[in-house]
Amino acid sequence: MSTQSISVPGTDATRSPLVEQLHQWVTTVDHKRLGLLYIFYALVFLVIGGVEATIMRIQLIRPLNNFVSPQVFNRMFTMHGTTMIFFVAMPLVFGFANYLLPLMIGARDMAFPRLNAFSFWMTAFGGLLLYFSFIGGDGLYGAGNAPDVGWFAYAPLTSQTFSRGHSTDFWTLSLLVSGIGSMGTATNIIATIVCLRCKGMALGKMPLFAWLNLTMGGLVILVVSPLTAAQVMLLVDRYLGGHFFDTQAGGSAVLWMHFFWIFGHPEVYVLVIPAFSFVSEIVPVFSRKAIFGYPIMVAATVGIGFISMSVWAHHMFTVGMTSSGNTFFVLSTMAIAVPTGIKIFNWLATMWGGQIHFRVPMLFCIAFLFQFLIAGLTGVMLAAAPFDWQLTASYFVVAHFHYVIVGAILFALFAAFYYWFPKMSGRMYNEKLGQLHFWLFLIGFHLTFDFMHIPGILGMPRRIYTYEPGRGWDIWNLIVTIGVVFQAAGVLAFVGNLLWCAFRGAIAGGDPWDAWTLEWSTSSPPPAYNFPRIPEVRSRRPLWDLKHPEDPDWHYE
Amino acid sequence: MGASFIPVFLLAVPSLSPTNIFAPASTPAQSIFDLSLFVLEVTAAVFVVVFTLLAYAVVKFRKRKTADAREPAQVYGSSQLELAWTVVPVLIVVVLFLAAARVIASIQNAPKPDNAIEVTVIGHQFWWEFRYPSLKVVTANELHIPVSDPAHPTPTFLTLLSADTDHSFWVPRLAGKTDLIPNHPNSTWVDPHETGLFLGQCAQYCGTQHALMLLRVYVQPRDDFDRWVREQSLPAQITGPISEGEKIFERTACINCHAVAGTAANGRFGPDLTHLMSRDTIASGAASNTHANLRRWIQNPNTIKPGSKMPAMGLSDPELDAVTRYLETLR
Amino acid sequence: MTTPSINVHQDDLSWNLPARGPVGMYCLIAAETAIFTIFVVAYIFYIGKSVTGPQPGEVLHAPIFLTLCLLSSSLTIHFAVRLLRGGGVVSFGVWWLLTIALGSIFLLGTLREWHHLIYDEGLTIQTNLFGTTYYSLVGLHAFHVTVGLLALATVMVFTLRGDVAKQHAERVEVLSMYWHFVDVVWVVVFTVVYIVGR
Repeated sequence: MSTQSISVPGTDATRSPLVEQLHQWVTTVDHKRLGLLYIFYALVFLVIGGVEATIMRIQLIRPLNNFVSPQVFNRMFTMHGTTMIFFVAMPLVFGFANYLLPLMIGARDMAFPRLNAFSFWMTAFGGLLLYFSFIGGDGLYGAGNAPDVGWFAYAPLTSQTFSRGHSTDFWTLSLLVSGIGSMGTATNIIATIVCLRCKGMALGKMPLFAWLNLTMGGLVILVVSPLTAAQVMLLVDRYLGGHFFDTQAGGSAVLWMHFFWIFGHPEVYVLVIPAFSFVSEIVPVFSRKAIFGYPIMVAATVGIGFISMSVWAHHMFTVGMTSSGNTFFVLSTMAIAVPTGIKIFNWLATMWGGQIHFRVPMLFCIAFLFQFLIAGLTGVMLAAAPFDWQLTASYFVVAHFHYVIVGAILFALFAAFYYWFPKMSGRMYNEKLGQLHFWLFLIGFHLTFDFMHIPGILGMPRRIYTYEPGRGWDIWNLIVTIGVVFQAAGVLAFVGNLLWCAFRGAIAGGDPWDAWTLEWSTSSPPPAYNFPRIPEVRSRRPLWDLKHPEDPDWHYE
Repeated sequence: MGASFIPVFLLAVPSLSPTNIFAPASTPAQSIFDLSLFVLEVTAAVFVVVFTLLAYAVVKFRKRKTADAREPAQVYGSSQLELAWTVVPVLIVVVLFLAAARVIASIQNAPKPDNAIEVTVIGHQFWWEFRYPSLKVVTANELHIPVSDPAHPTPTFLTLLSADTDHSFWVPRLAGKTDLIPNHPNSTWVDPHETGLFLGQCAQYCGTQHALMLLRVYVQPRDDFDRWVREQSLPAQITGPISEGEKIFERTACINCHAVAGTAANGRFGPDLTHLMSRDTIASGAASNTHANLRRWIQNPNTIKPGSKMPAMGLSDPELDAVTRYLETLR
Repeated sequence: MTTPSINVHQDDLSWNLPARGPVGMYCLIAAETAIFTIFVVAYIFYIGKSVTGPQPGEVLHAPIFLTLCLLSSSLTIHFAVRLLRGGGVVSFGVWWLLTIALGSIFLLGTLREWHHLIYDEGLTIQTNLFGTTYYSLVGLHAFHVTVGLLALATVMVFTLRGDVAKQHAERVEVLSMYWHFVDVVWVVVFTVVYIVGR
């Protein structure tokens, strides 16, 4: 860890003036800075998306509430969904991949640093476009504001006939632009992993993190592109008078559904596979054991990646497919439960016989396992098409996918924050505040999303801005909204902890967790060039080998 | 915790909600309910097993204060275990798949008997149009169908169309959802085993007032249903000279969208009003059909259903009273 | 920008990983394949679904000559890259120019076809589903040809200025991969639009 012998421009101790620092951040092509930019950007949008969710929950707290108009409510759920998927979850995932991948595979940067910067700024621009709709959505027709077509924007609601003004244009353009950024980042992730691994790191010796992100990159390449193509078609319809989704000229509303969900379902795996990758790094370190069943974890992940591209129409069980079509998608959807189950069992086996340290990252990982298990099982219920005919488009399905996206993905992301932020900032977080965050968020999460299943079973459809009394939904909606208070408090504690970690925390040192992968072999925060000397590895846990020369991993792998 | 599972069994109580999917009253809903109980049992069993393992691991293998600094034994994998937790889930998946496939076929491929009632449902922003082609009945928002005796079933087969955006037909106690998509006719069927009022609503986001696109299904004894059909198939029963209200109704834009059989009004964008007074609700279930509500609705629909497609016609108070009185003669 | 100019890793010969250029290009090609797949699926899905005319059979004629031009440009670019690898910069330039010429002929031919369809047959992107899907799919491909030609022309300018040498063969080859891809896509588009769709 000797960094002092090499003099590198830009790393001298004197701090440059603020304007110059800002300029450095804006023009940076350093993977660590871009990673942090992604993460910061996503956290800002996380708060915005959270405010939108809160507005919806206040409106639904009691029947026939008049907190917001139906128009505003519809904009809120459209913006909430679009924001959380495209401008929170994706950038967070990309941010961590960007920051960590080169460090974990012993490289000095991503394969295409300038493409990396380009991709980030495209994503950033996409988010700004989406939110500019609040100002510019009125357009020439004086109608509309933020988009109100729902995050999957079913045709023909998006046609000029039903969506006047420019709100839908902002929606489609923002996804088109950020989609190009996503494809750039995915290309970068793949090329980095394929081309820049340090000496000795054969594919089978990569950390699982790299394998999972490689799968994620491949999925992004293959599934974000169809969305981009569909958005181009929508623009052709809206601007050039085309008829792709124009039902009055023979166009098909169902075709849009297919195109959207060919993207939409694998997108869940684009987000959850990186969540798996965090858990696959954190659980072994805090259980003090090597990951159990590495080869089968890799195979299961790649398997999930492939199967996930053949399940999209389970979002469309009610659109009137043939019984054989429905049956096929039941089978493919249920099949994905097998590799997913394998992963859960392997994480359990990793903990089995270990010494589990209940630090905050591990707490979030355990909650992840518990919640992902439930999310998977409600997923199996939804995969049974007839059950889905009742449950889909109800609050049950809303609860299900929030269990995946919040209960699994966001919890894993919180774990990743607490685990790697000491590396990024060089300082430790506050353990007490972290525990407070964990428990507040856990309670809030379960209040909100456990009880959200019930109104769905009692027949409450999603996307309704109000409901009448006497349906038996009132009490459940009240509890769900109360949970939001706890979640918001938890996020507050989290933000406070990040600030603590950035400015006040104890100095972390290079390897605060006594961990085993390469990012812990350099200083915290790492120098601009990552490693003074490019490391060489002989096993999946190079630092274990270093710390236990008497019993290195490469004896067994 | 585990809150997703246990209450589910407690939810199978019809009184909890008039739209409880676990209180089926028709064959499709019943077969779905039976399947869902099976799926719930299997998933609950999986949950219990995996959760027990997780809880045991967390408690048993927690780091103890007394532990020495040595790392635990490193285990890298086990082919037998991997095989076991691959094969068992595969078997579970196969069983669940077969169960689901059977119910799919039984519901989707059910033959239509000759005595089935046929109804064409057309979704509009934000109301339902019901047409009974063979019975010459057109109505809106309140679907009337006969009860079906399981021994001699008289099911109702619904053809689902849309006049504008996507909608979804969902009456939870009778059947699962089926979408109404423009240019893409769908169908579904129900055979309610008990009489009464069954509630539902549009379940596919269709625009501003998606929330108040409510749906009421009146399941009647066969005789009552036949009487209802006879009454509905008649033109409007207007006696005496043309009232002031009817003149205003026909003079203003009302008749561009609304039809009253037997008069000049024959619009199709809005609900057929020929027998308006036979309905319990107006505005697609958003308000009960009272004098005050009807007047308020005509005066400014946005006060009841903001974003509704019906415009406020800007009628004066006397005109409003006249039109309301006229509509109240449409029995 | 702050990447240091040190390199401590040069003694190492046994550790070889693929070059990043081709890997990046393969990623781009995979993404583009997915995009074209969606457009092709839409085209096939809407064959015969137009509610008004004209129908493809009435107005489309298979552009055999243009197809031959585009496909042979794959050959010429292949020769060009091979010559550059051998160090023949001048002959590289000749073959490269030939590639650009063939690509341009294709593009001009497409323009002529569109002009004919729009002004003689009255088929625009607004006319019917056939018009929408035809102009979108063929236009998407033509857009890719245009981008490719711009890239090829840039290399040509460098060649004329004498900036291209043997060591650039790998980069030029990455570009040629894109050009081959555009040609392969045309085979699919041609089959779908001019054979299956008619």
